[in-house]
Amino acid sequence: MSERAAPLVVGAGPAGMRAAQALVEAGLRPLVVDEAQASGGQIYRQPPQGDDRSADALYGSEAAKAVRLHRGFAALADRLDYWPRALLWNLRDGVADIAVGGGNRRVAYDGLILATGATDRVLPVPGWTLPGVFTLGGTQIALKAQGCAIGRRVVFIGCGPLLYLVAWQYLKAGVAVAAVLDTAPLARKLHLLRGMPLAPAIVLRGLRMAAELQLRGTAIHHGVTDIRIEGRTRVERIVWRQRGRDKSLACDGIGYGLGLRPETQLADLAGCAFRFDRRDRAWLPERDVSGRSSVPGIYLAGDGARIAGADAAERAGERAALALLEDRGLPYAASRVAALERDLARSDRVRDVLDAAFPYPAHWSRQIADDTLLCRCEEVSAGEARRAIAEFSLTELNRLKAISRIGMGRCQGRVCGAAAAELLARETAQDIAAVGRLRTQAPVKPIPFTLTTSNEPHEPRHAPAH
Amino acid sequence: MPLLHRIARTDHAPVAFTLDGVACEGRTGDTLLTAILCHADKLRDSEFLAAPRAGFCLMGACQDCWVMLASGARVRACATELSSGMDVVTRCGERS
Repeated sequence: MSERAAPLVVGAGPAGMRAAQALVEAGLRPLVVDEAQASGGQIYRQPPQGDDRSADALYGSEAAKAVRLHRGFAALADRLDYWPRALLWNLRDGVADIAVGGGNRRVAYDGLILATGATDRVLPVPGWTLPGVFTLGGTQIALKAQGCAIGRRVVFIGCGPLLYLVAWQYLKAGVAVAAVLDTAPLARKLHLLRGMPLAPAIVLRGLRMAAELQLRGTAIHHGVTDIRIEGRTRVERIVWRQRGRDKSLACDGIGYGLGLRPETQLADLAGCAFRFDRRDRAWLPERDVSGRSSVPGIYLAGDGARIAGADAAERAGERAALALLEDRGLPYAASRVAALERDLARSDRVRDVLDAAFPYPAHWSRQIADDTLLCRCEEVSAGEARRAIAEFSLTELNRLKAISRIGMGRCQGRVCGAAAAELLARETAQDIAAVGRLRTQAPVKPIPFTLTTSNEPHEPRHAPAH
Repeated sequence: MPLLHRIARTDHAPVAFTLDGVACEGRTGDTLLTAILCHADKLRDSEFLAAPRAGFCLMGACQDCWVMLASGARVRACATELSSGMDVVTRCGERS
């Protein structure tokens, strides 16, 4: 029996589940912690209670993958420790603080795989805080996990494959999808031709979804700008500009997202070195092809390290686990390494194509009106941010946070951070990489104050009672 | 007018809860957010501008969906399972 502590896997999405599986297959007994009620992450999220919908209805073309992943993870149940509804809120010196079952668990780990996933990236538009506006991810969760539609007449706005996927899922569920407003000009979709030889299934699926939407009466508008969401106490109307003309449409629900942004807070707390990534337009933890971070014993996998999608996340999770095994001097399937890295390189080229076809409209940050809220938590407007930048000659993001409270609220900059960085870069005529990144503070998400003072002895071998 | 509309799980067992003093029913498997927004069109008023909010990301990241329980506890509605007897207060300054 080894004296060493168990490895810790954070996140039970495709990357975390595959990482855990590879560790179990090598004879280790990892602890997997995940915030959700059930494993699956976002794209393969499981409803907390089964309902009359089939896997095909829930996951569409990804149903076979979802079923395989969920069954594979469930089959490991007695060979690993899995804590759902568990928030890892602090990390230091090989010890993690985990809020779970109403208390705090302090867990020592040996080897840490961070598979923390991503959230929607957004830029503020007028009306974006109105009830009825949800991120694309949230719009999908309402349907998939809760069997609810966010409106009776829904509009989808943004860029990225998720825009069409979620709109199509709503259509299939029988919800009226009034329009899809794509922020990219139609010509950008020509890039998808480059994607055909790399990932024909992905490209054809996307084209089929767009065709089905149009066939069933959903208007698809390309190159939309100047989005404005109107309504007194909830969403009533969407207004936009297209080829120099103002357009509008009545609706009662809006799904909005401009691609994804990685959740990197835990890598930051763990002391990982960061670099600026041009494709994700964000500071990301450094890692090599195996998933090793700059800190020995800490590995990064999935969209939480860099946006690459669910298929890549599965492979990156397994690859990171193999690196952990190698570093621990344990036997591992060396023959898998080359195959996984080849697949990951291909996924990376596919992602380049998707980013070209669905470009992030970072330039919108120039147009954010002064009276539009930039920070939803602290309710700081773009105008207040601009005044702070001018008055205090601010050039760095953490200074802007200290002066204006942007990024200081409950979400810790998850929602407004990308927009605040863009705005600061514009106002000061700096490159986006030069304005810095928000430093992470523990707790990474709000926890009850009483938790920080209760330190139960760690018992990583036992699942806590719920 | 509710914000969310159920299209599945409509026949699951009812779960009783209270919303601003009014007896309501959710369904087994609901999050607190789902249960509230199937009856109402907001979760809370914002702290500084008293503007209505109803959640945003639904995955525990944006922290927009905090609601207050009558006990004074504040919970993230999108990540909290509805349980029988929950007593939710969505209006500023009101305590029952």
